[in-house]
Amino acid sequence: MNAAARHVLIILFGLGLLGFLLWGMTGLSPFGQYPGPYGDVLNSVATAERHTLNVVTAINFDYRGFDTLGEEFILFASVAGALLLMRHEQTEQEEACEPHATREPIVGIIDPGASDLTRASAFVFIAAILVFGCYIVLTGHLGVGGGFQGGVILSSAWLLVFLAYGSKPFRQWSNQSALEWFEAAGAGGYALIGCFALFVGGNFLKNVLPLGQTGHLLSSGTIFPISCAVGVEVAAGFVLLYEEFFRALEREQPLRRP
Amino acid sequence: MSFQLFQVLTLSMVAVSGTAVVLTRNPKRQVFVAAIYGLLQSILFYALHSPDVALSEIAVGAVALPALTLATLAKLEKSK
Repeated sequence: MNAAARHVLIILFGLGLLGFLLWGMTGLSPFGQYPGPYGDVLNSVATAERHTLNVVTAINFDYRGFDTLGEEFILFASVAGALLLMRHEQTEQEEACEPHATREPIVGIIDPGASDLTRASAFVFIAAILVFGCYIVLTGHLGVGGGFQGGVILSSAWLLVFLAYGSKPFRQWSNQSALEWFEAAGAGGYALIGCFALFVGGNFLKNVLPLGQTGHLLSSGTIFPISCAVGVEVAAGFVLLYEEFFRALEREQPLRRP
Repeated sequence: MSFQLFQVLTLSMVAVSGTAVVLTRNPKRQVFVAAIYGLLQSILFYALHSPDVALSEIAVGAVALPALTLATLAKLEKSK
């Protein structure tokens, strides 16, 4: 097919898609209007029923806790899949190269040779990010945030370690087997908290812990521990991903014979 | 009224930056444009009263995704 025919086709189908989109948009409710009853009901009852101030977190980890468990394992499976692919490639390369070959010193992308000012300010930012991440994980039931958001924020501190201090300190702070344990413990912890309800006579993931006083840190029953488990899993999963990607960068370094 | 203006402003900024991501042809530049797009998107989520989503978007769209994409690009460049 030549270029002109392709252009005609793309314009034709583009216009068709635009028409369908505009047609679909006429059926939407007006901007900012919510037609379903579900959200309004939850907004009015969630705080009284679950002693949490953030209804979004209550939906994520309690009312729709089972869906979030599925999402949790989607993340778990994708991290595991990415690691599986990249580690497979690593063993292939190690088998292919000669045993006496040594790697060139890692400079450039791996060790950026950041200035003192960058290192000093990175230290301040890393500390602030860690505190903020923990705060977001721990207070998901009291305000904005929760396990996922806090976990990703926590993992970005590791990224900053890599960018400012290079790969060696990053490696020291991201022990693979420890991270794998944390990730598995976070993902499994969620499921175990769900199973705990079975032992005390409820359905899977029923909120069986004492609800506590609204607004206190230890309140909202199982929402708080589930949020913490998710935070650990997400943070460990993301750091594992970074670690594997940056390790892949080092692997591509040309080999030099002794 | 001023908050509606904020919403319209962020919506149009997301539209402009989204188009800019597509129009940027150099992958290395595209990563940074995409990071700005992620940042603007998180501001949009905040403007649409969903701060929880804004927090995840700011960490994933503006930090994690560009970092991993840059690492991939660096690796591709080296293996050439």
